[in-house]
Parts: sequence; structure tokens; C-alpha cells
Amino acid sequence: MNKFAIIGTGPAGIEAAATLAAHHNEVDIYEQENAPLGNIRDKAFLFPNFADADEVAGRLLARLDHPLIHLYTDKGIDQLEETPDGGWSVNGNTYSRVLLATGYRTFDAGRKEELGYGIYRGIRSSLEMEQMLREQKITNANGDKPQRIVFLQCVGSRDEKTGNLYCSKLCCVTAVKQAIETRKLLPDAEIFIFYMDLRMWGQHYEELYRQAQQEYGIRFVRGRISEAGGTYDGRVQIKSEDTLMGLPLKITTDLLVLMVGMEPSEGTRRLAGQCHICGDYGFAQSIDPHTDDNRTAHRGLYVAGACKRPMTLTDAIADGRSAAVVMLAEG
Amino acid sequence: MKRYWNEYQKEIADDRYFYERSCIRQTFFPGSEAAFLKILREELGKDICDNPHQHTCTGIGYHSDVVPFDTTMTVVARLFSLMKECGYSNYVPSCVTSFGVFTEVMAKWAENPALKEKARQYLWEACRREFEVPDNIVHPSDIIYKFRFDLKPRMRYQLVNRFTGKPLRVVEHIGCHYAKIFPEQGIGKAEFPYVLAGMIEAWGGEVIDYPERRHCCGFGFRQYLVRENRGYSIANTKKKFESMEPYEPDFILTNCPGCNMFLDKWQYTIAEMERKTYDRDGYGIPVLTYEELTGLLLGYDPWTLGLQMHQVQAERLLDKIGIAYNPREKYAGSNGRMLNPPAKPECLLV
Repeated sequence: MNKFAIIGTGPAGIEAAATLAAHHNEVDIYEQENAPLGNIRDKAFLFPNFADADEVAGRLLARLDHPLIHLYTDKGIDQLEETPDGGWSVNGNTYSRVLLATGYRTFDAGRKEELGYGIYRGIRSSLEMEQMLREQKITNANGDKPQRIVFLQCVGSRDEKTGNLYCSKLCCVTAVKQAIETRKLLPDAEIFIFYMDLRMWGQHYEELYRQAQQEYGIRFVRGRISEAGGTYDGRVQIKSEDTLMGLPLKITTDLLVLMVGMEPSEGTRRLAGQCHICGDYGFAQSIDPHTDDNRTAHRGLYVAGACKRPMTLTDAIADGRSAAVVMLAEG
Repeated sequence: MKRYWNEYQKEIADDRYFYERSCIRQTFFPGSEAAFLKILREELGKDICDNPHQHTCTGIGYHSDVVPFDTTMTVVARLFSLMKECGYSNYVPSCVTSFGVFTEVMAKWAENPALKEKARQYLWEACRREFEVPDNIVHPSDIIYKFRFDLKPRMRYQLVNRFTGKPLRVVEHIGCHYAKIFPEQGIGKAEFPYVLAGMIEAWGGEVIDYPERRHCCGFGFRQYLVRENRGYSIANTKKKFESMEPYEPDFILTNCPGCNMFLDKWQYTIAEMERKTYDRDGYGIPVLTYEELTGLLLGYDPWTLGLQMHQVQAERLLDKIGIAYNPREKYAGSNGRMLNPPAKPECLLV
């Protein structure tokens, strides 16, 4: 019987572990934090069907409940290297196969200085907005109910200035989801989404976008925000251009939500670099994104999930399962 | 509040500077450059060369599209040749636009060395001179920033309202060409430059962060050089004043000749046009250069610093800080003879 190691307890790692265990293999799964699924547990509801994030996380966690799966939390990876007999050593333990599923981190909006994140109190990241949605309480800088809320897309994605030229894929639909949730909590607020173009590529995404406009009165403005600053009364003044109208725009809002993109996590950067499988922007690289997307240049080392590129929960689960199948097929 | 600008510092030479004066500053703020030289030589004991053979950098003409780049870089090369001739390698242009021109020319030379050779050839053909690229190029405000804590113990006054004991509230405005062209060339980079804010905070004041803090002062070469476009210029300035008004600034501090001039003089024009000033009492908001401010706090005479040449008069600010001055000497010439005071406008109190 082979022994497998999985690094990372996101959806890809968990699904891979469950699949391997279901095929009677022993799996050690490592997590540097104190609990799995950190990037789901901080969400309120999931797009596009507003599934309760805790329930989904619970179902995924239940997949780890298997006698052949050994979960190690608070276990950062200090050592990962190939052994002379073709196996892999992880923190001194030997395995026949290792799966890297170290995932992503969100972009630090403070790097887009012109948007004033961390400087003006009325500016929040989409992650902080998610936290407010979890608590069912949206407040402005003064702790009051906001009258106007602006969401800004593509913060740290498709952006030459920050060096992230790629699309993070899920911010568009996340903003639509968050805007609808906001409308449910604040029926009288004005809600805007500023965008470059909306990429509603997944199943039911386009419908959600239409619903946001027709049923929830969310207003979409095609334009990026060039500058945000604090006002005397704790609000946020933003400057933009409505590129469909061809007009410069200056409005004041109670809350500006920055839809932050995805970047490789620290673990992804470090381990991919250490194993020389570092691809664009620090993401881990598979052999071929079309036909061989789980194996790497090293025999016995595999990759799955958002450590390779921005990926939705659905895709990460499928990719984790795919990686497990490839690992099993290689014996 | 996060202070991202702490991450953005740049190398500023310690000593042995070659100073290049501005075309317009000595007209509008006649004491500023002399004050800077005095501060460096007498307060900080630095070696700074003030060469009488210097000339324009072409900045205004260059940014107005009337001077081609080849001419500009040849003129820049001549200024560098003067520096070389005097035996210096740290270049300090007084004007923010000159600073932008020099950094732009040097960046283009670094990217395309053939251009630098072209400049060598042009300079040699024009005046048989040779130049070296400076080791270090900084704006004078960078140097005052660098030595702000060395200057502090020598200062007689602080940025504190002597009537209330509270810090003076200051709007700082940075010239576009200081960091917006090459953010790495500015302390704090382009979005939150810290060069003037650092001085204000070090000397006891409080920086006002208002929504239009990063907006243009209204100078914008083509907006004001073409008379038909001047509406754009004053509209920009007005936008800034409206944005800063609720914060009730005690004064405005700048590091650019254009910003200083327009933020100062457009206040009179707006008052003429709309009977509106942006302070409570109709006197306008004083606008100082960083050299004037440093000189004032060091105890230099306000009239030697040239404050009487400003549109918005500074006495109320001097009173707040507690700076001594003699009103009777305000319009005295350098030989002590009284010059006639200017006519008082009806709309902006003096």
C-alpha cells in the first residue's frame, strides 16, 4: 500500500485525500493553520446559489473523517525533498507521492495606494465585507448603516501597476453576490459596482448578474476608480470615469469595497520555488495546463487547486479529485 | 493609519551639492533660494555651489511642447557640465519641474545610451563642453527633509498655535513633477508623498488629509499658458480649496514654484470673481515654500524671506506662531528706504 502526503487542507487537498482514502490508501494531510478550509470558513454564502459557506465547509470536512486519513494541523512544511529511491520526504516522513495543494492568498489592497485601503476607514476589502455579511451587520466608518456602497472590481488583478496581469476569475461574480446580499440587508441603500468588463463565465453567473440589475436594483458603472480619499465626515470620495457615457465621475460613498484578487499563498510560493516548479506570478506549474495538469516536472510530485492559478471552489474540488486519480493511476 | 511611505525612501547625498536656481522662483518668492543656501551653509555647515553661469532647464518650454527633447537634453547636459567644471557630483535643482526634467533625461539616457552620446555630441558642437551624469540628484526639499531633525533644535519656533497650544493644521501640496513621473524619485512615492508631511510633523504641526489632496494645483502648463484655457486652471485650484475648506487649514506648504504661485494668487482671483475666500475671516490661506517655513521657524526675518511678495499676507500666521516682525519694515527696500506699499484689494483682506 502506498502512502501519500497532501500539503494543504483547502477543497482540492481535502477532495484528493478523500478520493485516495476511498481507494484504500493511507494519507497524511498537513495544514499550517489550526484548522482546514480557512478560505471557505471566512465566507458567508457561496456563489452562485447562496449556499451557506459553513454547511459546505462542514460537508467537505466530513470527507476527512476516514480511518486512513491523518490530519496534522499547525504543521508548516519545513522540509520537502525527493529521496534517492524515488520517494518524497516531508518533514522527515517518507511518502511515495506528494500533492501540493497550498492554495492562494488574497491580494493586499494596500499595494494599490491610490485606493487608500488601510488609510481611510470607509474602505474595506471584499474579505472584510464578507465578514460583515457573515455577521449580518454592514456599517460605515462611523458604525452607522451606509446609505451608499460602491464595489470596485479588479483590485490587484488585470493590473500592470501591481504586476498581476491575470484575471482572478471569481471577483466579478463575488461582487454581484455580495451586492445582492447587501441589498437584502439594506433595502434602501444605493449600490454600485464599478467594473472593466464583467466575466460571468460560470453556470448561473450570467443569470445572477441579470437578477442583480432587475430584481435588486444594483447599478453597474463601466469604469475603474483612479483615486479614493477620505472626506471630512468619514466618507470616501472616489474619482472615476463612466466609460460608457464618456464622462468623468466624482461621487462620495459611505463604503468602498475593494474586490481583491487571488495571488499564490506564501506556502505555494515557497514550496513551488523550493521544488523548482514555480510558474507565472509565483503559482505552481503543472506539466501542461490542457492535458497533464496535475503532474509536475518531478516524478511523484503533483499539484492541485488554486496553487496553480485562480480557481473557484467547484473547480478546485474537481481538480483535487483529478489529481488523486492521476496519483492512483501512477501506482 | 498605515504609513506606506515609510517603505519608500531614497538616497540623499550628505554634502557637496551643486545648486541650480529656478527661472521663476526669485520673482514670486524672492527670498526662498537665498534662504535655502543660508540654511545649508550656516545652519547645517554644508558645501553648496551656487554657480552664476547657470541657465534655464527648458522645463516650461519643454512641457508646453515648444522646446524639443533634443534641445532639452543638450541644455541639461550643459548644466551638468557646469557641475563637473566646479568639481561637484550631487545635483540639486531648485524647481520641481527642473527636477522632473533632469530625472526624465537621466532615465532616457539610462534606457537608451545612444541618446546620451547624442547629447555629448550636441553639447560639444554647440559649446565645446563635456559633462558627467550626477552621482546623486535630489530636490532641495529632500535635503531639508533629510536634515529636519538636525534643524529642529536650532529652531526658535514650532508649528504650534501659541493662543491655543494646539498644533497648526497644515495642507501640504507636492508638485506633480516631484514624484508623479518617477514615483521612486520621491520620498513616499506618488500617492502619499511624505517629503513635506515629514517636515510638518517633525516641527510640531498636523498634516491635513483632505479628499483633493492629490489633485493638481491648477498650474498645468498648457492650462494656464494659453489664455483661453485658464478657466481649467482656476477650476482645478477652486476644487482644491473647496475640498480643504472644512478642515480650516492654518497655511499651505508647497515644494513647487507653480503650485505655490497658483495656490497663492488664484485666491485673489477667486475672491474677485466670486467674493469668496476659504478662511473664516476673508484674509485667505497663506501659502509658504518649505524654505520660507524653515527660515521662519529658525527665526529669519519674514521680510528678508520675501513674505510681503505673497498675494495672501502672512501676518496672521506669524502671530499664531508668535514670530516677531516689524510691520514698518515690510516695504523697506534693501537700502532701508521705504517703497510704496501695494494697493489693497477690496475682496481679499490684508
